[in-house]
Amino acid sequence: MNIVVLVKQVPDSGAERNLRTDDNTVDRGSASNVINEMDEYAIEEALRIQEAHGGEVTILTMGPDKAAESIRKALSMGPDKAVHVVDDALHGSCALATSKVLAAALGTLNADLVLCGAESTDGRVQVLPHMLAERLGVAALTGARKLTVDGSALTIERQTDEGYEVVTAQTPAVVSVWDTINEPRYPSFKGIMAAKKKPVQTLSLSDLGVAPSEVGFDGATSAVVEHSKRPPRSGGQKITDEGEGGVKLVEFLATEKFV
Amino acid sequence: MAEVLVVVEHSGGEVKKVTLEMLTLARELGTPAAVVLGGPGTAAPLHDKLSEYGAAKVYAGESDDLDGYLVAPKASVLAELVRSTSPAAVLLGSTQEGKEIAGRLAVKLDNGLLTDVVGLSPDGVATQVVFAGSTIVKSRVTRGLPLVTVRPNSLTPAPAPGTAEVSTLDVTVDESAKLARVVDRKVEAKGARPELTEASVVVSGGRGVGSADNFKLVEELADLLGGAVGASRAATDSGFYPHQFQVGQTGKTVSPQLYVALGISGAIQHRAGMQTSKTIVAVNKDAEAPIFELADFGVVGDLFKVVPQAAEEIRKRK
Repeated sequence: MNIVVLVKQVPDSGAERNLRTDDNTVDRGSASNVINEMDEYAIEEALRIQEAHGGEVTILTMGPDKAAESIRKALSMGPDKAVHVVDDALHGSCALATSKVLAAALGTLNADLVLCGAESTDGRVQVLPHMLAERLGVAALTGARKLTVDGSALTIERQTDEGYEVVTAQTPAVVSVWDTINEPRYPSFKGIMAAKKKPVQTLSLSDLGVAPSEVGFDGATSAVVEHSKRPPRSGGQKITDEGEGGVKLVEFLATEKFV
Repeated sequence: MAEVLVVVEHSGGEVKKVTLEMLTLARELGTPAAVVLGGPGTAAPLHDKLSEYGAAKVYAGESDDLDGYLVAPKASVLAELVRSTSPAAVLLGSTQEGKEIAGRLAVKLDNGLLTDVVGLSPDGVATQVVFAGSTIVKSRVTRGLPLVTVRPNSLTPAPAPGTAEVSTLDVTVDESAKLARVVDRKVEAKGARPELTEASVVVSGGRGVGSADNFKLVEELADLLGGAVGASRAATDSGFYPHQFQVGQTGKTVSPQLYVALGISGAIQHRAGMQTSKTIVAVNKDAEAPIFELADFGVVGDLFKVVPQAAEEIRKRK
């Protein structure tokens, strides 16, 4: 099975994150950048399917030059090769334009299965898998906490608020996964060394036949007007329980009319 | 005034609260028109509630195809409706399914999309809170109509009673939208508690709760306060509580009137999902836990003493 895993480089969600003051885009310059955590589960799932069914695993990333670091990190887990879509004109692209570029890149890769994280920790938009499926005319199985592959038949358990849904489709398909699906492996030393030699193909917009005017700020279908930092919450009253903590807690709730 | 389409979120024959919020918001932007998409017989039981909150019209799209496949058929029907009615805006819930329908609709209409919106002004400027609640963004759709998903608990629903006219949609779903078939739906126990993202009170437990069995304490306090139960990632990863109740960066984002954190240290992972809550209360034995930096009221102490005492006190006052 030919599997492509979408990997996005994002600012570390454990550190302070900002939007740029000049153009309102995510500040990737000052931040410590990492693989979007949810994508690591997609990589792990791809490797497990490869171990069971054979085939090839390819990482696909759209992002600036420095996203190459995250691509190497992803390859060190075990995938065979990577494709990096990189072009200065992509800066400022909206979700719709991003899906157009990734769909064009997927068009060159002949994937049976496209795996990705259910959302990115920076945008948390969750729309990309369905946008891609819509553009490619393939099935989307999204929000999987379990994926079963049986020949060309795919079955997922899709997490819902009430429980889960069992959803099936035939390949080719896009499948997005939550972090409940597996436990990603750590790259081995051997894996890290091997990753340095794995092929990474770079593709520009012209390679993909996408016009610069369709992406970036020129092609964006939404725009940030302004942004501001929310004033940080300040702690209120803090008491130490000396036998009356529960009562005092309820007294506070009563003054706030919750009890 | 042009119609504002509100895509109805419903479950078990009832309208979800986020829909009432969207209808309230839609009244500021135009004439609210609710769009019900589901299997045969879905729309009728929802009609009165939608009317009560100001829907002037209910578009009823009912077919087994809408129920039997994942989101794509709903997006197809909605795209047709947008093309034929040219609404002033389209609002969906910022839930997994709402966002997914919106994503497909954006591609079909080549229309911009804004997600996780907490406010939308009549001039089309939307407010979003990003980066774990640390940054407020004002944004607008620059191609097409305002297509936005609204985060639950963003505003207070207000009734505006009327009687919605029913318009039945012709549902024809192309085979290309029937690629992902829903073969089964399983309900996992959640009892009578309100839905996590819509609840006005959320009581969450963390690593400090210590075991699945001890989560009964968290549930008891939640029930006394009429709230939902949440859990930190540490608690769900340890198997104390099911994953769908996780609050945080990799789980649900909640914004209730009251958030009670029990045995939760308040790592950024968790704060990302709850720090826009109106009032935050915390119980933790570690006086240095970062959760106290957010808490309006914090108790440093053993939750196994503080929580049962609080529960007893609430019972006394009832």
